[in-house]
Amino acid sequence: MKPPPFDYVRPGTAAEAVALLAADEDARPLAGGQSLLPMMNFRLARPSTLVDIGRLPELTELHRDGDVLVIGAAARQRAVETSPLVAQTCPLLPAVLRHVGHHQIRARGTIGGSLAHADPAAELCAAASALDAEVVAASPTAQRTVDTAALLLAPYQTTLHPDEIITETRWPILPRARHGFAEISHRSGDFALAGTAAVVEFDGAEVARARLAGLGIAGTVRRLPDAEQVLLNRALTAESITEAAEAAAASVDPPEDVHADPATRRAALRAATRRALEQMRHD
Amino acid sequence: MTDTLTAVREISLTVNGREVRRAVPARRLLVDFLRDDLMLTGTHAGCEHGICGACTILIDGEPARSCITLAVQADGCEVTTVEGVTPDDGLSPMQRAFKDCHGLQCGFCTPGFLVTLAAAEPDDHPTDADIRELLGGNLCRCTGYQHIVDSVRQAWGRS
Repeated sequence: MKPPPFDYVRPGTAAEAVALLAADEDARPLAGGQSLLPMMNFRLARPSTLVDIGRLPELTELHRDGDVLVIGAAARQRAVETSPLVAQTCPLLPAVLRHVGHHQIRARGTIGGSLAHADPAAELCAAASALDAEVVAASPTAQRTVDTAALLLAPYQTTLHPDEIITETRWPILPRARHGFAEISHRSGDFALAGTAAVVEFDGAEVARARLAGLGIAGTVRRLPDAEQVLLNRALTAESITEAAEAAAASVDPPEDVHADPATRRAALRAATRRALEQMRHD
Repeated sequence: MTDTLTAVREISLTVNGREVRRAVPARRLLVDFLRDDLMLTGTHAGCEHGICGACTILIDGEPARSCITLAVQADGCEVTTVEGVTPDDGLSPMQRAFKDCHGLQCGFCTPGFLVTLAAAEPDDHPTDADIRELLGGNLCRCTGYQHIVDSVRQAWGRS
């Protein structure tokens, strides 16, 4: 399996990249290529031109901006997974990244690429959803900030315009929050049947704020508001976790596909939600 | 297969310590560039969609899938293949361990395992479970994994 013919350009700046994308509606940005190239090998994607943004220095920055962790769109997943700054400011990210493909994939795959690919089972999309992360999208004429909920539209579809690229991703730093992540997959490293990213903030012993995002259970990664509601204004206990896991499972209507039927995915979400919450329990 | 419709780009990179400068079609996968243009046939093309790990090589020291990387993306990079982790004469300690412990049968997947392992620090993978996690991105269809884990343990001096 080989990709069909295409042209390839490696611009020197993000501005050049979006100008190239604007000039050719069949051109596509190439970051790590860990999703796009398999799709091209299968001939599921046939871009006319690949605009390689994977090594633009301005897109690979990683720094703290007040109470936000800023990660360039083309920062490699493995670099983020192993970054001391990320571990310190946004511990959910390394916890989630360990489940993204295998480390050979993460060495090439990028943070922005995963969000822009919008796989319904993408762990990074779940982390972004649970943390209310934002992306900065640039076109030749404008720059805008898009929150995760507004970014993810449908399987493999975002609200990005064809001449836009994600330039940076912005992750809120929540020093007092606890986090958890779990997913259920047939084999380690496979796409998960379902998974849950959880971010919980406490007021004393009680849950003041809970944000749960489920993956693999709908057309996009989505929040689980029923489960979040169950957790509020009470301690995080075995009982509240069970109720939240039940609420999560009852609130979704997963699609049927060759990998699992809806009941299996619902059960997987129940288990993943329970495990993610157990990780942060403090009785 | 014709490349006449595709753009050609000049790339220069280091492969196993040797400077290489070639004109390649943009669509040329790195695995095919290594095998067909440079005749480095130790890197194997298995699934060709990033699942099996037979095509694993190092790009700037990090293991990566050469079947879902374009040759043009390796421009300016340092690439290491299984040939590059093999001594000029004889076998590396890891290769000898694979031989001793029956860590290979047909051998198709072996280059990918060896390259993944070449980039690993033993101290980062202290337990058998860690070794299995490390090798999770490499599939073997005949030997199974126990003998491969045994090979790694021998090469890393664990009884």
